Amino acid sequence: MTAASIDTTARNSAERGALARARLLRGLLPALSLALVLIAIAWLNPRAISYFGFSLMLNLAIPIALATIAQMFVIAGNELDLSIGTFVGFVGCVTATWLRDAPLVGVLILLGSIGVYALLGALIQLRNLPSIVVTLGMSFVWQGLAILVLPKPGGKAPDWLLSIMALKPPFVPFPIIAALLIGLIVHFGLMRTSYGVILRGSGGNPAALGRAGWSLVKTKIVLFSLAGLFGVLSGMALIGITTSADANIGNGYTLLAIAGVILGGGEFVGGRVSPIGAVIGALTLALAASPLLTFMHIPPDWQVAANGAILIIVLAARVLISRRER
Amino acid sequence: MSSAKSLVAKPWVWSFLGAIVVWLATIIFTGGYGAGGMVTAALSLAVFTVIVGVGQMFVITLGPGNVDLSLPANIGLASAVAMKVMGGSDSMILVGLLAALACGAAIGAVNYLLIWALRIPPIIATLSASFIIQSIDISYGRGLQIKPPAGFADFANLQILGIPVLAILTVLFTVGAAIALQRMIYGRSVLAIGQNIRAAWLAGVNVGRIRFLTYTLSGALGGIDGALLAGYFRGANIDIGNEYLLASIAVVVIGGTSVAGGKANVPGVWGAALFLVLLLTMLNTFGVSAGVRLLLTGLIIVGVITAAGGQKAVR
Repeated sequence: MTAASIDTTARNSAERGALARARLLRGLLPALSLALVLIAIAWLNPRAISYFGFSLMLNLAIPIALATIAQMFVIAGNELDLSIGTFVGFVGCVTATWLRDAPLVGVLILLGSIGVYALLGALIQLRNLPSIVVTLGMSFVWQGLAILVLPKPGGKAPDWLLSIMALKPPFVPFPIIAALLIGLIVHFGLMRTSYGVILRGSGGNPAALGRAGWSLVKTKIVLFSLAGLFGVLSGMALIGITTSADANIGNGYTLLAIAGVILGGGEFVGGRVSPIGAVIGALTLALAASPLLTFMHIPPDWQVAANGAILIIVLAARVLISRRER
Repeated sequence: MSSAKSLVAKPWVWSFLGAIVVWLATIIFTGGYGAGGMVTAALSLAVFTVIVGVGQMFVITLGPGNVDLSLPANIGLASAVAMKVMGGSDSMILVGLLAALACGAAIGAVNYLLIWALRIPPIIATLSASFIIQSIDISYGRGLQIKPPAGFADFANLQILGIPVLAILTVLFTVGAAIALQRMIYGRSVLAIGQNIRAAWLAGVNVGRIRFLTYTLSGALGGIDGALLAGYFRGANIDIGNEYLLASIAVVVIGGTSVAGGKANVPGVWGAALFLVLLLTMLNTFGVSAGVRLLLTGLIIVGVITAAGGQKAVR
């Protein structure tokens, strides 16, 4: 072995080490941003870091996390769902009316709406349609249905749902346990099972997957059905917290969910998503949007801007890390 | 005969056909009553969709993933800026319009800056920007009843023989846009980038500059649209641009522009905008409730996309 080749091997392993460090740093970025927001809150208002404080601050984090997971499934297949917000609103309206008054009909409607999501997946794949436009159209459909189900704000959540969302487990606040459960379950399903790999592969390299004999129509149907399922869960969780519904209740969730997926380390193309990251991203947005601003005495006008600013800061940090990755 | 055949092959014919069918359905329902007034109203409302639609068309033509999601926030902010600068006085109308144009162009430039500096997909860049613009708008235009100067409101509503003046000006503008797209270096460059960004770069197209210009153009058109909307509806508010997110994307796609990029169509934007406005008028005339109207609008858009789609992306 000549000196030159030893030199290259050494340099390669050093480079590989740097690469691994950059990857690790990139993987930790979502958690770091959440930690940063938490530290800022703790510094501004130490009393918020308590069982009661977290229960209050993270109250709305569960539906946001569920909607983010729904969006993540769609993004994993290289598509985008611009209707998830109004879908969550529609589910909320059904939950506050049919699910309470006629549970069987309510369940059937919700199952049917997941079926619609599955159909959309098939339609988008078979006709090679732009998902942005199809789901923008669907956002009108869900909004219209929501208004038909509940013309005026009102309704009431079923009692069992209210009691679930009002759970007070010992030591750890319910939202944190719920977020952990959601993240871990989806992580196991998508990252650790063999069909999960196929699902992510359908976003990573659809052509290769198709040639290997997997049905791309089926993967898209599964991804969209999962999005529908988590959208339903998100709408139900939301109504469990707010107790009554309104046709516009979920409208803000479309953009929040996309932001959450990206904050959590997801990429738009290539099936690169992270369920745990997505949940962390949703928590970061939930915390940064309102509690942090309130403690900083910034008027609520700037809540939306805070979401945008966090998104830009995290993406900028990611670019800095990626530059080292090269 | 062959000319009729080539006409049918043009994608934009279908959007105009759709508009005419919807118009006929409505006047059959009303027994011919209000047929002309409906066209006038449709023209004056379609103008606003056409202006942002053309901006969105250039952006979408840049290729997959290019879309401007900041248009609604942009329109909202620019409408407030225009009304505040005009301050209700006729002498400031031109200054106000220029301020709205500058505000929109600045937003477009910032959008591209984010795309370029952070190397993120345009969807996320324009989305983050729209979050921030929304907040600026809420904080800037809050608690103020911002009315346009009387002269500007009259101009925005002016008609000659039943044809809105704004519609005539917008037709001239779209003719210009069509020439820019098909006959000028800028438009050909946009098409080239949309067809294959690498090939365009190798052929010597200044990809960065063209993309910057396109996002700035889209932003500037959003800005001018905001000012005109505030004039037409006699007042600015934050939600004034909300419906233009779906509308701007829908008219581009229904009008025959390829979502995969590299293929654009200006006349189709007009046809699709008229189709959408007339569709709403028809549903209103039929007296359906707000819920049914939204439901049908959504279903028809999905249906039209399904019927028009199906072309495989080149890559």
